[in-house]
Amino acid sequence: MSDTAAIELVGVHKDFLSHGDTVQAVKPTDLAVGQGEFFSLLGPSGCGKTTTMRMIAGFEEPSGGTVFLDGNDVTGVAPHKRDVNMVFQSYALFPHLTAYQNVAFGLERKKVAKDEIRRRVGEMLEIVSLTGMEKRSPREMSGGQQQRVALARALVNGPRALLLDEPLGALDLKLRQQMQIELKRIQREVGITFVYVTHDQGEALTMSDRIAVMEGGRIDQLGTPREIYEKPATRFVAGFIGTSNLLDGSVDSISGGVALLVFAPEEKVLVPVPPSVTDGTKLEISVRPEKIDLSRDAPAAADCSVLTGTVREVVYHGTSTNYTVRTSAGADLVVFDQNAYSAEDLAGPGDRVYLTWSPQHSYPIGVRP
Amino acid sequence: MRHRLAPYLLVLPGGLWLLLFFVVPMVTMLSLSLQEGDVVNGYVLTGHWQTYVDAITNYRVQLVRSLIYGAITTVLLIVAAFPVAYFIAFYGRRRKATLLFLLLLPFFVSFVLRTISWRYILTDEGILLGPLKDAGLLADSFHILGTPVAVILGLVYNFLPFMVLPIYVALERIDPRVVEAARDLYASPLVAFRRVVFPLALPGVFAGVLMTFVPASSDYVNSAVLGSSSTTMIGQVIQSQYLVSSNYPTASALSFTLMAVLLIGVFAYARALGTEDVMKVAAR
Ligand SMILES: Nc1ncnc2c1ncn2[C@@H]1O[C@H](COP(=O)(O)OP(=O)(O)OP(=O)(O)O)[C@@H](O)[C@H]1O
Ligand SMILES: [Mg+2]
Repeated sequence: MSDTAAIELVGVHKDFLSHGDTVQAVKPTDLAVGQGEFFSLLGPSGCGKTTTMRMIAGFEEPSGGTVFLDGNDVTGVAPHKRDVNMVFQSYALFPHLTAYQNVAFGLERKKVAKDEIRRRVGEMLEIVSLTGMEKRSPREMSGGQQQRVALARALVNGPRALLLDEPLGALDLKLRQQMQIELKRIQREVGITFVYVTHDQGEALTMSDRIAVMEGGRIDQLGTPREIYEKPATRFVAGFIGTSNLLDGSVDSISGGVALLVFAPEEKVLVPVPPSVTDGTKLEISVRPEKIDLSRDAPAAADCSVLTGTVREVVYHGTSTNYTVRTSAGADLVVFDQNAYSAEDLAGPGDRVYLTWSPQHSYPIGVRP
Repeated sequence: MRHRLAPYLLVLPGGLWLLLFFVVPMVTMLSLSLQEGDVVNGYVLTGHWQTYVDAITNYRVQLVRSLIYGAITTVLLIVAAFPVAYFIAFYGRRRKATLLFLLLLPFFVSFVLRTISWRYILTDEGILLGPLKDAGLLADSFHILGTPVAVILGLVYNFLPFMVLPIYVALERIDPRVVEAARDLYASPLVAFRRVVFPLALPGVFAGVLMTFVPASSDYVNSAVLGSSSTTMIGQVIQSQYLVSSNYPTASALSFTLMAVLLIGVFAYARALGTEDVMKVAAR
């Protein structure tokens, strides 16, 4: 990665006027996407992902702030003069052109030689497995095929950055996984910066170098998939990414940077905390379901978090079995048990069980270091 | 089996209507054009084709003139209507309905009255030419009324909504994201218009041409009100043959000839433009 960010937003925000009210679709945001980075915007519907993309592509003027592409201020520059391409959420294929003509559109505008266009479009259609469909019009293609045309149409231009607005939304699982791998490969090979919008958190986690989790027009957390998953900065992020167990409590004592929260005799949670946390601090703790061990026998180890509870529900998921446990601490905790070793369920509904996990798997949400 | 009849039953009222008010008059007219005689002594069907030959020979000038006026009118209509439709479709926002209503507002007044009011606008010392002449910008002898310009202006004015509406509908159906996609793929606003917006609006233009060329070519009001003997159109000839000379065979023969010419023209136009492509886009 070179020093100048491929895409940089400085204090960018967007206010829409709708029916007399101002709606802040994107709150003032700072964001830098590195050269060749696979950057995902993740968030629920209406959180401002598309609006952010449209400001980068130039379809929406920011109400304030500056947009930089490769270090150049492009705020106010027309979309056709920005070397980024967008894959639209709704495909937005040209209905009067064939698949081939759709893909060739950008190259024709750039006055690339005819032979060259034919070669590159052919290659691109092969990559998205649409060879033989050159002459089809978008109307004659399935949603997934149209989506792949949209992808090819943007990729073929080899732009500095590609903005993809839920590009795989219409594909079935198998094709989706295939395209995920393909996209990742193209991105690595060509070294294009990707800004990728999705509300599929699994997709974001597996594909991205970094993820920005948005909520209500604001970036809640920005980090690597591991950081986002293991160390959610807010309750929202914890709940939005994966399944999260949240425990509320206050610190009883601290030793060696690890806080102890006692819920009952023999029931406690250990959590590593920064120095800002002191005795009595109220904490909200996130524990991922796959980190928890479930057992009907009392645990031997003393330096673990331990809670007891009653199994309420057991759901078999193929690769794992999911248990929902009502703890005596009050919260419902979900536990994933890999089905690698257990030939049968560890416990059934109504059973008293012990839940244990190591201290480093507890994470205090929203604590300033 | 009964449900198979349903589609035909649905066609029945419209079909009967067409039979009564379209097919019957057509047959009557065709028969009339091949009859000989006069109003006093009555007409007899003699299969006299010569009427056609005579009618076409005598009124060739008016026939050709009508087609030329119709064609010029249609071209001017496209040029005038497109920007209007474009503006309403893309910039109308919440005022779309109001703007369309304003466009149609003058058409609540009778066709003839509207055309007559154009007389006042175009008359030699009227509100348009008067001030220009007083200011010395135009020669005193300059006039528009009675010229082809006046007739074509009238035609363009009278048929404007029939061109605006279909183009508007076509533009309205264009997904703005598709235009943005063109802009994203390095098309300047002008290129995006030429490569995307215009081709997608073609079905509307096509419909507009059909809706205006035919009635404009056979119009008989504009030339009568705004023109002179040198702008006489075929519609006027047919009207006067029917209502003034009571020469029914000639009037019918001219009507049929006009219809045939227009049909051929429209089909040739559809062929040239490739209706299939146009309809494909329209059906998307
Ligand atoms: N042109 C507009 N006028 C008014 N409000 C708008 C406009 N465009 C977007 N918004 C509002 O801005 C907010 C963010 O919209 P945006 O399209 O960016 O969401 P998104 O995160 O892409 O959602 P989704 O996942 O559903 O695509 C929404 O509340 C939306 O209603
Ligand atoms: Mg969106």
